[in-house]
Amino acid sequence: MSSEAPDLNRRRFLTGAATVVGGVGLVFTAVPFLSYLRPSARALAAGAPVELDISKLEVGRRIEVEWRGRPVWVIGRSQEQIDALEDVRDRLRDPDSEVDQQPEYARNPARSVKPDVAVLVGVCTHLGCAPGFHPEIRPQHFDQDWRGGFFCACHGSMFDMAGRVYRGVPAPTNLVVPPHRYVGDDYLVVGEDPTDEGGTA
Amino acid sequence: MSDNNATGVQGWIDARFPMTKTWNEHLAEYYAPKNFNFWYYFGSLAMLVLVIQIVSGIWLTMYYKPTAAEAFSSVEFIMRDVNWGWLMRYMHTTGASAFFIVVYLHMFRGLMYGSYQKPRELLWIIGMLIYLVLMAEAFMGYVLPWGQMSFWGAQVIISLFGAIPVIGEPLVVWIQGDFMISEATLGRLFALHVVALPLVLVALVFVHIVALHHVGSNNPDGIEIKQNKGADGKPVDGIPFHPYYSVKDLVGIGVFLILFAAVVFFAPEFYGLFIERPNFQPADPLQTPASIHPVWYFTPHYAILQSIPHALSGVVAMFAAVLILFFMPWIDRGKVRSIRYRGLGFKVALILFAISFVVLGWCGTQEPAGLPVILGRIFSVVYFGFFVFLWVYTYFGLEKTKPVPERVTH
Repeated sequence: MSSEAPDLNRRRFLTGAATVVGGVGLVFTAVPFLSYLRPSARALAAGAPVELDISKLEVGRRIEVEWRGRPVWVIGRSQEQIDALEDVRDRLRDPDSEVDQQPEYARNPARSVKPDVAVLVGVCTHLGCAPGFHPEIRPQHFDQDWRGGFFCACHGSMFDMAGRVYRGVPAPTNLVVPPHRYVGDDYLVVGEDPTDEGGTA
Repeated sequence: MSDNNATGVQGWIDARFPMTKTWNEHLAEYYAPKNFNFWYYFGSLAMLVLVIQIVSGIWLTMYYKPTAAEAFSSVEFIMRDVNWGWLMRYMHTTGASAFFIVVYLHMFRGLMYGSYQKPRELLWIIGMLIYLVLMAEAFMGYVLPWGQMSFWGAQVIISLFGAIPVIGEPLVVWIQGDFMISEATLGRLFALHVVALPLVLVALVFVHIVALHHVGSNNPDGIEIKQNKGADGKPVDGIPFHPYYSVKDLVGIGVFLILFAAVVFFAPEFYGLFIERPNFQPADPLQTPASIHPVWYFTPHYAILQSIPHALSGVVAMFAAVLILFFMPWIDRGKVRSIRYRGLGFKVALILFAISFVVLGWCGTQEPAGLPVILGRIFSVVYFGFFVFLWVYTYFGLEKTKPVPERVTH
């Protein structure tokens, strides 16, 4: 063994270098452990955005698609139905969509990107029933002054053609508007925001 | 000391492992103040409940299946078809609530007698960490039976993270492992509940006791018994933990087990408080229960969340209600520990704090409308007001304390 005094600088350098290398190694090792928790390929596939052709969507008609395990309604609205949204304003609980039930870009009177196409999650916000579709503007057995919308037969909740909930019914909030964007004029993508253009979820 | 002079098996082990030394240091020659009262049962009771939970939990794991399709039915199978399965499960569900009862009383003891004050700050912080882990453990355990309240409780709690700006949404997806609460979520909560968190819990309890035995136990008079030692170097106001307190704690354990068994056998759901009624229905992602609220031990915090009509602020306030307790040793600048010798202001404030905790607990079980919201707001202010008052009261020397005795009283 050498009797010379230890070279402290050398020791400090070696300790520092070993700590840095080991620390970097730990950070890289953490990646698989954290990434393991992200949605699996199967979950991603099941939650993938749904693309559909709406060129043949007729006014007053409804298409139903499934997105992330829930029914999503795509509805063609006539000008008359869009105008009727104003008529019911004072009968609604949240006419200006202040409760966070829609993306920011759907926080408008029609609660959609295009006023003539409504995109809604078809699950009643009360207890999860499927509300019935009553687009006609005419007196109904549940409402004499009906301006078109949805009526949940389970507990009598009413929503207008933009999915906004009426006052005095059990459902607390408006129907959910899922993220959606358009590709050209004919294609609608449910599950992606307009800012996601070209990208994947 | 004759540690190393023992012969036979004891001597053989002591030469290789500090068996007798450890026994003496932590039990036979650990001197605890002789004036412990009723409030000093809850530390050892918490350890008893931890053992009950670990043992009954291991047995439950033998038949439980952490899949979305089978979780609910496997719990029902344990309840109906497994020999003594109902007992294991009711011990575990009652144990969860019992854990919080003894821990809340244990923490209140610490507040009353100033057990968080110097030099026991770290002991208090370790205890608070145990409390945090216990809350996570209890929440995750509640999700496992995959009933309606399991599912929707998880939905509400996990979506709280969504209130965090910018990273909220991706964070929720990462926690869930899916775009909704699903089998991926159940699987990870199961792993954390049965492996990761119990390991952390046991390690923290060990560290809590090591820290306690290093600084010594506080007592209802809040004075240091180590400052008064006899000729033999032992505190004159101390008695060996074993046999004196080990036997005293056995009495406490006896009484506790009578109450525990009464609940397990005669009221295991405890009127919907220990097991909420919607949890007897399988989880249904498309059907929200009429009212969602957590089990009773989280309702004070839930009431604070509901009191604030802004998502992020509510979440922050709820977490702050727990985290502020970590800072007790520095919020309270008083020099007198025990409530017996503290000023009237402290006594009133602590009583109001305890009342606010109970009232908030009630508010959290109610529909968030009308009286519960008003009371929730008032008592949220009282809850946080306690800490503000305590700091002002002690920092500016407003407290008029009584003289503290030299020796412990009887």
